Amino acid sequence: MIHSVVIILCVGVLAGILGAILGIGGGIIITPVLTLAFGLDIKYAIGASIISVIATSSGATIAYVKDELLNLRVAMFLEIATTVGAIIGAVLVGVVHTGFLFILFGLLLLFSAWNMYGKLKSGNEVLHKVEPDKIAQRLRLNSSYYDKALKKQVDYQVENVPAGFTVMFGAGLASGLLGIGSGAFKVMAMDTFMKMPLKPSSATSNLMMGVTAAASATVYFFNGSIKPQIAAPLALGVLFGATIGTRIMQRLKPRWIRIIFIPIIGYMGLEMVLKGFGVTI
Amino acid sequence: MQQEMNQVEKLIGVILQIGVIISAIIIGVGLLALLITGKSGYPAGSFPTHFGAIFRGIAQFKPYAIIMLGLFALILTPVLRVVVSIYAFFKERDLLYVVITTIVLIILIFGMAIGYLGK
Repeated sequence: MIHSVVIILCVGVLAGILGAILGIGGGIIITPVLTLAFGLDIKYAIGASIISVIATSSGATIAYVKDELLNLRVAMFLEIATTVGAIIGAVLVGVVHTGFLFILFGLLLLFSAWNMYGKLKSGNEVLHKVEPDKIAQRLRLNSSYYDKALKKQVDYQVENVPAGFTVMFGAGLASGLLGIGSGAFKVMAMDTFMKMPLKPSSATSNLMMGVTAAASATVYFFNGSIKPQIAAPLALGVLFGATIGTRIMQRLKPRWIRIIFIPIIGYMGLEMVLKGFGVTI
Repeated sequence: MQQEMNQVEKLIGVILQIGVIISAIIIGVGLLALLITGKSGYPAGSFPTHFGAIFRGIAQFKPYAIIMLGLFALILTPVLRVVVSIYAFFKERDLLYVVITTIVLIILIFGMAIGYLGK
């Protein structure tokens, strides 16, 4: 018993660190470890992933009393789209054919990986337009953050708000319906579509995925998908890992976060497209 | 005004920290009790998933019941996040975002209610 608790605790710390740096849920680490190494039923693995998403989000929240990176307005505005999407997705489980959706969202992730590669090569991180986007301005989404790695205040603008809102709805739908990509799609919507810098995108995604997951976590909690002996060490490990990950992320250069991010969403995208065609890797 | 805003942000940060730490402590106590006693308090493979069963289990200091309470508290921490955000926007007199964040809270509670009723 002690043995498996320690292993799950360590897996949680790792998932929490990676999840907090990238603004993703960490299911990409947890689900394979629990199903392959522990032989856990996928139902319980998904329940554990949901707990890990919330723990990543809450752990990142408490790392600092005041979060300098977070864009709370972007988070709450887009949260409307993503929670509505998540609820509709959860209701549609078993009703719609998911093969097509796996392919669609997988391709979207691959496109985003390609787009991020372009940003990496051009080194063009922050959007500065002479004419600020009208909708972004009206919703007061443009903001600034202090970058501890670059040691300067970074002002940034946001654009393509309707496109970002739509992708966020899709992100919610995907996480509710397919049970995956709770954070990756959110970062993609902000970074690729709304042209937000990666650090605030990741921090904002961290907050959002916790709120979205909370809406669906009660389903898993009350139908018995959350096993206490798995979820307890995982939650504690992830909470601890996320507080570390948040501190690391603040000090990382944006281009390094991107370098870690690209292969991960590339892998996720490929896995989803293949899954859509019935191939599991 | 700016100073007052910093006060509000600090207060919110502390409230959130307390909420998350309390749920972590409950989970930790349950996990320790499980490891020390070696007993979950329930037949193999089963655990409580309803409030009645969870609170009855806590009264008898059953490790699984304590863990489940802690996990539920953890699930509530993002809700706390949304609630304090409404307060923060209210303090900033940003009515547009008081409305937007309240809509988020309503959708969230709606989703949680579906989870509770649809079990």
